[in-house]
Amino acid sequence: MKKRMILRFKRNTIDKPVVYGLVKNYNLVVNILRANISPKAESMMVVEIEGRESDFERGMDYLRGLNIGTEPIEQDINRDEQKCVHCGICTSVCAPEALYIPDRNTMRVEFDYQRCVACELCVKVCPVKAMSVSFD
Amino acid sequence: MKTIEEINAKIKKKKVVVVTAEEMIEIARSKGTKKAAQHVDVVTTGTFGPMCGSGMFINVGHSKPRIKIGGGKCYLNDVPVYCGLAAVDIYIGATASPDNDPRNTVYPGAFKYGGGHVIEDFISGKPIRLEATAYGTDCYPKKRIETFINKETVNEAYIYNPRNGYQNYNVAVNLSKRVIHTYMGVLKPNLGSANYCSAGQLSPLLNDPKYRTIGIGTRLFLAGGVGYVAWNGTQHNPSALRGPDGIPRAGAGTLAVVGDAKQMSGDFIKGASFIGYGATIFVGLGIPIPILDEEMAYFTSRSDEDFWAQVVDYGQDYPERIPKSLCEVNYAQLKSGKIDVKGKEVPTFPISSYSKAKEIASILKEWISSGRFLLTNPVEHLPGVESGIKMNTLEERTIEEVAY
Repeated sequence: MKKRMILRFKRNTIDKPVVYGLVKNYNLVVNILRANISPKAESMMVVEIEGRESDFERGMDYLRGLNIGTEPIEQDINRDEQKCVHCGICTSVCAPEALYIPDRNTMRVEFDYQRCVACELCVKVCPVKAMSVSFD
Repeated sequence: MKTIEEINAKIKKKKVVVVTAEEMIEIARSKGTKKAAQHVDVVTTGTFGPMCGSGMFINVGHSKPRIKIGGGKCYLNDVPVYCGLAAVDIYIGATASPDNDPRNTVYPGAFKYGGGHVIEDFISGKPIRLEATAYGTDCYPKKRIETFINKETVNEAYIYNPRNGYQNYNVAVNLSKRVIHTYMGVLKPNLGSANYCSAGQLSPLLNDPKYRTIGIGTRLFLAGGVGYVAWNGTQHNPSALRGPDGIPRAGAGTLAVVGDAKQMSGDFIKGASFIGYGATIFVGLGIPIPILDEEMAYFTSRSDEDFWAQVVDYGQDYPERIPKSLCEVNYAQLKSGKIDVKGKEVPTFPISSYSKAKEIASILKEWISSGRFLLTNPVEHLPGVESGIKMNTLEERTIEEVAY
């Protein structure tokens, strides 16, 4: 299985070598897609984790045991379907093509959470504010 | 040959053959335009894009004691509105921003709430905070009011958009070395992206390129309600570049449209924030086109590959008003997701919603086939190619240069 997660670090947890831990002890492939690490504030990392489901679960338990928040990316990035007008502007800034137009006849914009790297450019660009990020 | 009267008689009997402009393409492909013209009575079109040339008149009713907002100042949800009218008539424009909005001083500028958002909120039935100050007169003594209005509390509320439904539009690219924020969206540097804004084969005026059936008085779908063409739109330019069959290959005709805001729906008119540019509004517009003869069947059955647009540099040429086209591309190429500009493959992105345009054309089709919506003869035709209209520009002149 492969899953995108947002990891949140409190100030006192950024010194933990968690990537090493996930690779060495839980046999997981960790791909860092985006990281915002600061010693002074809460830090975050967007990672894609690949491995066996049981290893994934144990790896997440390990992170939570270190007081690191773990959230699937789809929990944090949301498109308000009532607001979206499918204009397509968001697709112009979405480098990983998580927002994309698969059907060139209907021209509807689809959102694939699994490609999202939580860069938030779509949130800034969406003219009707249909995209939102809620980090808690 | 058919007349509008004959088509309306069929609509009333619910025997009218009405199809969308997308469906018309297929019909003409299989039957030919001659048979398509005999078979089809009406083709519906639609578009849903950002249209800055939009706004709404409201008569808010009289307070007790009375206040003369006319000549004073008035805000709706902190957005300034135009008050240079009669005592309690105001006009709110789509691009108005609150006085205290940071605009683009905080780069690139979010423009979170403006006139377009007020219009959408009002149409959606939300309460709107009205604040007005006036100088007070013998007949209108009140000098200040703060209250709430909504679409039930006011008298008239009608959308009057001085420029909507552009017949074709530029494709925007950026030849400069930095990211730019424009009304055509965010454009990547070094020809990194191309943004376009037209419903192409569904676009109202592209389906009637010579304004044979769309004219003053034409009844239409406006933002979920019924509206009318009031006049040609501002910057209406029938003399723009056209192909051999008369179809514009650049921004050409425009429409001024009017309609009762109380009938409209927030699903088809939406406030918009263009990052680094400003507040505006998405407007949904749909126009029925009577298939009077084979020529109208020909025009309404043109498809995306028949409609061409000019690729323009918004890095320098557009802001400097340099009339230059880098190349021509068609809407089939634009919708495919990439175009070729000077030998470079450039990804394309839409600004107007084709899926909403389709929805509008379908709704209008249903209105007509169910007998609820009748077609109109233009009271007057829009100025066409024969008018010789040329676009004037604003030069920095001395008084002597304009004095007779």
